[in-house]
This record gives sequence, structure tokens and C-alpha cells, in this order.
Amino acid sequence: MSLLTTNYLTPTGREEAWRFTPLKRLGGLHDGSATIGNRQSLILKEAVAGVKFERISRELSPSPVESDDVVIQRVREGATNVATLTIAPNTEVAEPIFLARAVHGLDTAELSRVRIELSAHSHATIIMENTGDAFIAEDIEFVLAPGSNLTFVSLQEWSSKSTHLAKHHAIVDRDASFKSITVTVGGSLVRLLPSVEFVGQGASCELLGVYFATEGQFFEHRMFVDHAVPNAKSRVNYKGALAGQGAHTVWIGDVFIRAAAEGTDTYELNRNLLLSDGARADSVPNLEIETGEIVGAGHASTTGRFDDEQLFYLMSRGIELSDARRLVVRGFFNEIVTEIGNCDIQDRLMNRIDDELAKAGS
Amino acid sequence: MSTLEIRGLQVSVNTDAGAVEILKGVDLTIKSGETHAIMGPNGSGKSTLAYSIAGHPKYSITGGTVTLDGVDLLEMTVDERAKAGLFLAMQYPVEVPGVSVSNFLRTAATALRGEAPKLRTWVGEVKDAMEALKMDPAFATRNVNEGFSGGEKKRHEIMQLELLKPKIAILDETDSGLDVDALRIVSEGVVRAKEANNLGVLLITHYTRILRYIKPDFVHVFANGKIVEEGGAELAEKLEANGYAEYVGS
Repeated sequence: MSLLTTNYLTPTGREEAWRFTPLKRLGGLHDGSATIGNRQSLILKEAVAGVKFERISRELSPSPVESDDVVIQRVREGATNVATLTIAPNTEVAEPIFLARAVHGLDTAELSRVRIELSAHSHATIIMENTGDAFIAEDIEFVLAPGSNLTFVSLQEWSSKSTHLAKHHAIVDRDASFKSITVTVGGSLVRLLPSVEFVGQGASCELLGVYFATEGQFFEHRMFVDHAVPNAKSRVNYKGALAGQGAHTVWIGDVFIRAAAEGTDTYELNRNLLLSDGARADSVPNLEIETGEIVGAGHASTTGRFDDEQLFYLMSRGIELSDARRLVVRGFFNEIVTEIGNCDIQDRLMNRIDDELAKAGS
Repeated sequence: MSTLEIRGLQVSVNTDAGAVEILKGVDLTIKSGETHAIMGPNGSGKSTLAYSIAGHPKYSITGGTVTLDGVDLLEMTVDERAKAGLFLAMQYPVEVPGVSVSNFLRTAATALRGEAPKLRTWVGEVKDAMEALKMDPAFATRNVNEGFSGGEKKRHEIMQLELLKPKIAILDETDSGLDVDALRIVSEGVVRAKEANNLGVLLITHYTRILRYIKPDFVHVFANGKIVEEGGAELAEKLEANGYAEYVGS
């Protein structure tokens, strides 16, 4: 059964957007053969003043535009309601808001639409914890009203059987700022599409991410920042490590500076650390510029192995090779993990990274 | 009482053009409490001597022995050599992004002492070591060698020397790039470490100025991969006056 009303073509793998993704491992989410269940896994862990969380039927929720991603379009057409989280105007939510999916069920797929609205001049940090066995396609839309400020942390700590495809799209209005920290350390196949659309001047975004893929895991992070208005600023910094046979990561950073986007300031960076043979990191930054009247635009991408000089320096102080490697890897991720600003989560992630490293025998 | 004994050491470095021999038979014995200066022109192999004793993977030992108190160092991994009591202060200390100085020092001290130092005494130890070298307390929170000035890197090396308490220390051009004040502060640190732990020092340098602060018992002139002349402190004065001309090009 196909839910699609529009005439979308099933990807073949030759399309630019799908060329790295192993389509056979999508469980039929891309061609309509997946069985869709009724699960609605997202919960708000604790009620917070100034924060409203509700499920709104799709007819009553603002209808999104069509997605050019066939899986996301399936979510938009198939999800019967929209989990909606709203922050009231002028509200500063001091403590982080915890959303969670603790999923157990791989037999049917969940289609999940989420809408997160920050009213004018509101500030919040939202942490979304994803654990368990999941088979899910997710479409999150962030709407940041003028002057609002959102930090969104998404933690993919899925079981090794999970499949997770998602679009995280932020619409950022005048003088609003959006910061995301995306952590992907679990799952069989995770494909995330973070994107930012600037609709007002003086808007900014910071897209940060870390990922660690071990044997057989496929993690793809494909982002798009659309500079359509003047004087917006974007920063992208993703760091990944890979170890083990068949570990495969993909990072695509597309930045588009339209003719109207004078005064744009953008920089994107992706660094990968290959910790063993048999792993593959694809990294493709793309910058398309339609105006020369900008503050700055740049990108960098590096993929390397352990630095022998670093290991020698640490070991010359008595530190064993395995501990030296652990220090270097923790240090590599530290810059971004500390941005989460929550010690419990940071410690949990660093311990997970230690475990992944130990499992990979590095 | 410890003894580092180097006998007939031959070392080559692997390059794209094949192995190149750098050290051509070095003999040297350093005992606790002694200070040996190795002086020589650039490119004579002084740093190769330092790094090959410490076990840098770039170098291949093709002949000779290095022992510390009779135990073969060349059979050991880099960390085992440090645990045996060897320390190398590097000319170009390496940046380790994301790893703070305090985390690094505590990890190293834990490895060398076999157990984590007690937090209360450890904090005091680090504070004292930093104060002695006139380092800002904020230094401990910075990432190892990242964004350090030349002088900060060298102070950090000598702070480790004082905290980690080795038996034998090799100082590779610790004086290079230091202004007069920093040179004095760093030299005083070396002298303190010597007095506190009866440290044996192998001091590698191109210039004589550091020897005004750290008095050598023995001076060895190094040229073309081996020691070509040996003497006492007076040999350094002769080198100061005449340079290395008579030792090179032969």
C-alpha cells in the first residue's frame, strides 16, 4: 500500500540525495512496502511551566510544504497527528525540557511528526533522548519566532537493530538563534537531515554533531542551510569516529547563499577519525554562492587516523597505548560534547564512546 | 642511584628514499645527580639521540644497547620506558586537542605511580609546581599545548619533570625560543628537580647560555652522529669562543 498522493518516484540509489544510503536496509520506508503501525512513542518526561505539549490532529496543525525526500513526504502524508511543543512568548525556560522515545518494536514502522514552536523572545533547551529498538521515520519542524533562542540536543542511543530516518528542519526568523547538537552513537542505520531556513535578518544557527560508527553501522548526516535573507550567520561543526569492518558514515554539508543574502557569514567543518581498517567516511561540503557581498563563507573537511606524535607524547609520560588512544578520542569529541551543558549526559556519552572504542579493539 | 648506559648506539630514520643512518655509534653513561651537556651543530643527530632513547616509532635501532640500571630500554614500549624512570622534555611539545592539562597530568601521574594520587594532596602538588614556574592557575584548564606560546610549552614540560619525578631526564633544546627571564625560570625548575630527586640530566643544546644556570659536570661535543670530544665545563667555554667549525666538514 502506498500512502503517497503525489507521484513520487521510489529512489533507486542513483539520486544525489540517496547515493550513499544502503536502500535495502531501509525496511521498505522508501518504497512504500513497510508496514506502518500506530505507535506514538514521543513523550514529555516532566511537565515544565511555560511549556505546552499536546497531540494535535493533522487537520488542525499547520500543513507543511511538500518534502522532496520521499520518506519524509510519507511521514507528512501518513502521520495522523502532530506532537506539538510550544514555548509561550517571552518565556525563559531555565531547566532543559526532556523529550524521550523509548521504543521497543521493530515489526512495524512509526511515522512521527513533531512541531516545536518557540514564540517571540522565548528561550529554551530541549533534549530528546532516543533509546530502544526503533523503526521510525520522523519529521521535526522547529519554528523560531523573532528573538527566540532554542538549543536542541538529539541523542541517538538506539539499539544496534534500529532504523531511524529523520528530517530536522528549523525555520528561523529575525534575530532568532537555533543551535542543535546531534549525537549518533547507536542504531543499525541512522539517516538525519538537519536543515535550516532563515526567514528574517540577523538570524543565526549553529549545527553541531558527533557520531561514532562501529562494525556494520551506517550513520548519515546530511545538512542544508538556506541563506535566503541578508545578514544571517551559520556555523556547522560535525565530528565523527569510525572503527570496525563495514562502519560507514556520511556527512554532507550543503550551504546555499542566495542572491538576496548579502552579509552572510557561514563556515562548515567536518572531521573524521578512522580508528581501524575496513571503515569508510564520506565527507562532502558544498557551498553555492549567488552573491559576492558576504562577510565570509568557507568549509573544511578532514579525515585522518591517530596522530603518532600525540600518542608518543602521551605515552612518553607513562600513559599506556589504550589509555592514550582513549584520551585522544575523548579530546576529539570533547569540544562538541561539552556544548550539551549537562554533566550526566556528557559523562554517559563519554563512557559510551570509551565502550565503543574498547569494543572495536582499538 | 640510577645509571643510564648507552653503548654503540646506531640509529637510522626511515624516509621515502629509504633508511638513512643518523647515529653512528654513541657511547654515554649518565648517573643520578650528574648533568651532561650534549652540544653540537644543527643536524648532527642530537635530537635523534633523545627521541630514539625515548622510543619514538620513526627511528629504527640498528645497533648497540641502551639500559637503565641494567634493564634493556630498547625492548620496552614508550610508556614502559617512562615507568622505568626516563623522561624526555621535548623541543616541540605536541598539542592534544580537547585534553586539559590537569586531566593529562593526573592521568600521567596515575600511570607512573601505579595508583591515582589522592585528590587533596595532588591539587596542592600541581598548584605548587605551577607557582614555582610562575604559571597562571588558569593554565590547568587549557588543552595540552594548544595555543601555548613557546615559553609556556617549555614551562609545561619542566612542570611535568617536577611532578612526575623521573630518575633520568633528557632535555631536548629546552632553552630554544626562550627569553632571558623564561630561561632562568625554566632552568631553576630543572635545578630544583635535580636537588629534590637526585635527577640525572642529559641536556641537549646548541648554545651555551643555559649552562650558566644549569652547570654541567660533563660536556660532550656531538657531530655527524657521534661524540667527537668530551670534557668538563671548560669545553663549553671553548665552544662559546670558537664555535663548531673544527668539528664539522671533516
